[in-house]
Parts: sequence; structure tokens; C-alpha cells
Amino acid sequence: MLVWLHSFEALIAGLFLLVAIGIVAIRQMQALLRLFVIQSLLLASGATLISLATGSPHLLGVAAVTVIAKVAMVPWLLRRTVRRELYGRREVVQVLNVPSALLIAAALSLLAYLVAGPLIEAAPVPFVRTQLPIGIAGILLGGYTVTVRREALAQLVGLLALENGVFFAALAIAPDLSVLAELAAAFDVVVVTLVVGLLTRRIHERVGDTSVGVLAALRESD
Amino acid sequence: MSIPLLLAVPLLTACVVALPMSLRLRSLLSVGSAGLVLVLAVHLAFAVTGAGRVAGPLGLLACEGLGALLALLTAFVSLCASLFASGMPLGGAGGSVNGRAFHPLFQLFVASILTVVLSEHLALTWVALAMTTLFSAFLVAYYDTPEALEAAWKYVVLTTVGAVVVLLGLLMLYWGLTASGEHSFTWGAVAEAAPRMPRPILWTSFLLVLVGAGTKAGVAPMHTWLPDAHSQAPAPVCALLSGVETSSALYVVLRLAAPLAGAGIGGARTALLVFGLGSLLLAALVLVQVRDLKRLLAYSTVEHMGIVLVAAGLGGAASFGAAFQLLAHALAKSFAFLTAGTVGRACASHSIRDIRGLASSSPWLGLTLLLAALGITGAPPTAVFLSEIAIVRGGLGQGAYLVVGALVVLVVVAFCAVLHHVHAMLFAPSEPGAAIAAGAVPRSFVGALVLAAIPLLVLGLSLPGWVQDLLARAAASLGGGG
Repeated sequence: MLVWLHSFEALIAGLFLLVAIGIVAIRQMQALLRLFVIQSLLLASGATLISLATGSPHLLGVAAVTVIAKVAMVPWLLRRTVRRELYGRREVVQVLNVPSALLIAAALSLLAYLVAGPLIEAAPVPFVRTQLPIGIAGILLGGYTVTVRREALAQLVGLLALENGVFFAALAIAPDLSVLAELAAAFDVVVVTLVVGLLTRRIHERVGDTSVGVLAALRESD
Repeated sequence: MSIPLLLAVPLLTACVVALPMSLRLRSLLSVGSAGLVLVLAVHLAFAVTGAGRVAGPLGLLACEGLGALLALLTAFVSLCASLFASGMPLGGAGGSVNGRAFHPLFQLFVASILTVVLSEHLALTWVALAMTTLFSAFLVAYYDTPEALEAAWKYVVLTTVGAVVVLLGLLMLYWGLTASGEHSFTWGAVAEAAPRMPRPILWTSFLLVLVGAGTKAGVAPMHTWLPDAHSQAPAPVCALLSGVETSSALYVVLRLAAPLAGAGIGGARTALLVFGLGSLLLAALVLVQVRDLKRLLAYSTVEHMGIVLVAAGLGGAASFGAAFQLLAHALAKSFAFLTAGTVGRACASHSIRDIRGLASSSPWLGLTLLLAALGITGAPPTAVFLSEIAIVRGGLGQGAYLVVGALVVLVVVAFCAVLHHVHAMLFAPSEPGAAIAAGAVPRSFVGALVLAAIPLLVLGLSLPGWVQDLLARAAASLGGGG
């Protein structure tokens, strides 16, 4: 039973990493948002599996909160605030082309394993061997997405993917964290989405474009 | 009982001022609420100086020296800022939606800063830290210009990434806590269990918190958003952003640094010194060449955050200086930003090149700007001077000559750079057409400036006993002696 759960969890972790890499490269905004929803579902199912394996009821709460906040509320909020930008928008200019972006993504995933190694040795807990490196990889890839993407919504999805990475790692390192922390994080995700969505709409109205990566009016020299 | 009340007042005010009412009433309620918060914060500060620590309900909230100090500063700066804001034409040129949202967001922003420094549970600290950005995003974007929106975008994205990094750091801390048999996620538990935690985990979580919260505090090299956000926001918002929001982010780092040093991880102090001196160096170099008055003040904030980190890194007797520097920075920087707002109103520009001959065209405003410049650079009659002297003395007492030497050199460079720019704004001959409308400064601006100047000057002359006690308590929660 337990071995079966472990290999199933490893499969979910692998898919989670794959989706994180996809978020770096996919250009269609709607597809990007769909990838984020899939990633959140993977996070929720990972939480359910680990909860079954370790008998920790807290993680069921994590799964429920994740589904409500990230699978239901985030896409709904974005449709309400940035309908025009969301549908049919495609990022034209990217700082890096797709192959080199994927190469860097692979390098970041390797780095995550290097970073996680000594930490796992310091305090081995169940599932940490899959969750921590993949979670850290998800964080690095999310951060990378925020830096290289120019479209406002792509940066937002990067930001949310970053947070998913943190919680993917948290499933192993903080399985009995209080409900307060889960609610706090869910609240944060919803408010981030709302604020960024409204800001994107405002930028679209005032500047006429949402390629925030090319905004560079503010600097020291003129 | 006073801690939950302290948080409830701005939260309730935010709900009330969100209702439809006249702008006058909204401003009045905002100022009244800030005054009430200040009274409560003074009360709390006295309680903390007496007892050392005041606990709140359910183990969620608690207050010790550093938290009491920052809560007091937040309350004072928010009173000056909301007084100043009551003279702003909110809802006029800035767009009616922004005008209506200003006061509710302002109150939520104040409440979130207070929650960061008054919560005992780390999850609450974290979510409050994240909310300081999100509630203030639309305050930064208030003027709705493309520049303001760009600044708000960078602010939200970069500091939210910072907040997520802090979250990972805190969750790792929890991992360390459970590994050492502790299951409550509070500052008290961290301080108690730190020596038993697995070292790599404690160390990694500290670095993550330092980088993540450092991003929010404007520590170099993660400061890139700060000059943009702090120069585009309206003056009263800048006073809060620069004066206390940055310090509240630094608070999280400093609270964690103390148990690390206690657990014998010397690298924590070194990391604080490296980031501190790096911020100082960057700020000193950029200050020489800034072209905008508010950007000048923003880089001065980067400098001050660097000084606090250096002082905390030195530890021991310099901890008192670190607490004093947080106090002096909040007073000086909020006064300076309110001055910049007034000067910007009078001259219709924040560009240093456009502000000329202020000493002759508007002597009072010139004097105010001079006081602001002396205040932020740490010249003798102001509080920053005394705090920097305390840090230097603390550092020399430990024989850290190299660090103190670098600190003094960089502070002097920053001093000369700021005074050079201010000299030009005060005494350079004004260009034709840049006449100042002397009557354009509203009375509330003057009131806010006078109020903000009082502690800046008084604390520069001598420290009253209870302020000294409060600073000593704050230094104790930084892990240093009095």
C-alpha cells in the first residue's frame, strides 16, 4: 500500500515539474492559465496522497483550500478583471527563445537537487526526497518565468507557480502546519490575483499594452 | 487587551471610510483614527518598557521591545501622513475611483504594518507582510500615470516574489522546529528551539528570509523597485512606505537573526554585514547622481536600511544603535517625504533641476528642506546623528575597525552627495518662469510638517528616559545588551 502511494507520489512530482517547465515556455495566455490550474490540481492530489500515507488530516485541508483558491477562484477572478487580455493573447517577443529557455529550465531543476541534498540529510522526513527538490525546482522555474516573461499575465502565472512550488515542498517539510497558515496563503493568492489583475487592466487602459517587461520609463539617467 | 484594539482601530476605520461620505469627513475620520492608534501605541510602549513583553489573545499576538518601537513609529508616521493627506485634493485630478479608495487602503496598509510587528504566530506575520504590498499597490499607483503604474507593477511583482521566498524560509523554519520537537509556529518557539535545530535548515531558512524580506526592505541588490515606487507614490504614502514599511520587513529579518546568533551561527552576523555594507555602497554611489528629489530620498532609505543591517550585524552594544537608527530613520524620512511633497506642490515638479533658489523665493520651505536634508544624512541637531554615533561607538567597542571605517566613509559620501543636491535647490539662481506660488501650501501640510519635526529635533538633542528604556528593550530583542 505504502510503496504504491510512494511511486504514485513520485509520478505526481514528475508531472508537477513538467508543468512548471511548460509555464516557462508556453506563449498562449489561455494555455498558460490552464497549465497553472493543472499544476494546482497536481498539488492538491499530492496533498491528498501524502495525507493518506501519513494519516495527517491537515493536508486534506491543504488540498481543499488549494482547489477552492487556485482552481476555482483565481481563474474566475482573472476572467472578471482582465477578460480582453486573457483571451487569444499571444506573447510575441520573449527575452529568450524556447530552446534556450528549456535548457535553462533543466539547469535550474538540477540546481534544485543540489540545494535540497544537504537539507534532506539534516532532517529526513517522509516524502521529503521527492517533494523538496521538485518544490525548489518549481520555485526557481516560477522565479525564472517572472524574470523572462514580458506579458503581465505570464508574470502573474509565474508568481502563482512560484507559490505552488513552495507549497509542494511544504507538503513534506510542514505536513502538520496549522490551518491558519493554509488560510493565510490562500488569502494571499486571491488578493495577489485581484491586485495584479486590476493593475493589468489599469495598465492596459492607460498604456494601451500589457507588455510590462518593456516598461522602462523610470531610471536614474535620462 | 491593547494589542487587538490597536489592530482593530485601523481595520474598523477602513470599513467605515469605505462607505459613501464626503471627503472632509473621510479625512477627519482617518486623522482621528491615527490619533487613537498613536495613543494606544504609546500605552503599549509603556507597558512593554515595564514588563518586557505583552501577550495578546490565543497566542496569535504579542509584543516585545522591537515590535513596540515599530508600532509606535508606525502610529506616529501614519498620524503625520493622514494629516498631510487631508490637504490633498483626493478625488480631484487623481480620478474619483482612486480618491474614494485612498483612505480605506491607507488604513488597511497601516493595519497590515502593525500586524507584522505585533503578531506572535509566524503565519500571521507572513500574511501581514505580504498584505503590506498588496494594500499599498494602488496607493503607489494613485496618480494613474504610466510611470506610477510601472512603479506599482514592479513593486507588486518583486516584493510578492520576496514574500514567497520568505514563506519558503518560514516553512523551513517550521521543519526545523518540528525536527527539534517543537510544534508551535511562534517567535517564542523559534527563539527557544533555535539551538536544537538542524544547522543547515536553520541557516538556509535565515538566508531565504534575509533575501525575501530584504527585497521588501529595499536591501541591495534587491532594491530595484524601491526608488520607483517611493518616488511615484503620493507624499503621505511615501512617508509610510519609506519610513516604516521597509523597517517592518527588516523587523522579520532582525527577529530571526537574534536566535541564530544565539545558536552560535556566526554566519548570520556576517551576512547582515555584507548586505548592509553593500546597500550603503550602492546608495552612496547613486546618491551622487540622482536627478529627482524623491528618488534621492528613496536611495537614502536604501542607505539607512544598510546602516541598520550593519548595526545589527555588529551586535552587542551596536544593537542599541540599530534600534535607535530605526527610530531616527522613521522620523527623518517621513518628515523628508512630506517636505518633498510640499516642495513638489509649490514648484510643480520633483526634479532637482527644476527646484532652484528655494532659500530666497520661499525661506520657510527652504529651511524645511534643509532640516529634512540634515535629518536624513545625520547632521548634528537631528536624531540620525545620535543613532549613527551610537552604532559607531558600539562597533569600535568591539574592535570592528574595518566595518566601522567603511560605514563612516560611506555615510560621509552620502552626506556630501545629499547636501550638494540640496545646496543647489536652495541657493542656485532660479530660472525665469519657475516662480513659486507661495500661498499654494495648504494648512494641513504645514501642520503635518510641524508635528513631524518635533520628535526629530527633540530626540536629536537628548533622549527622554522612557525612549531610552524602549530602545534598550528593542535592543534586547535584537539579541544585544543595553
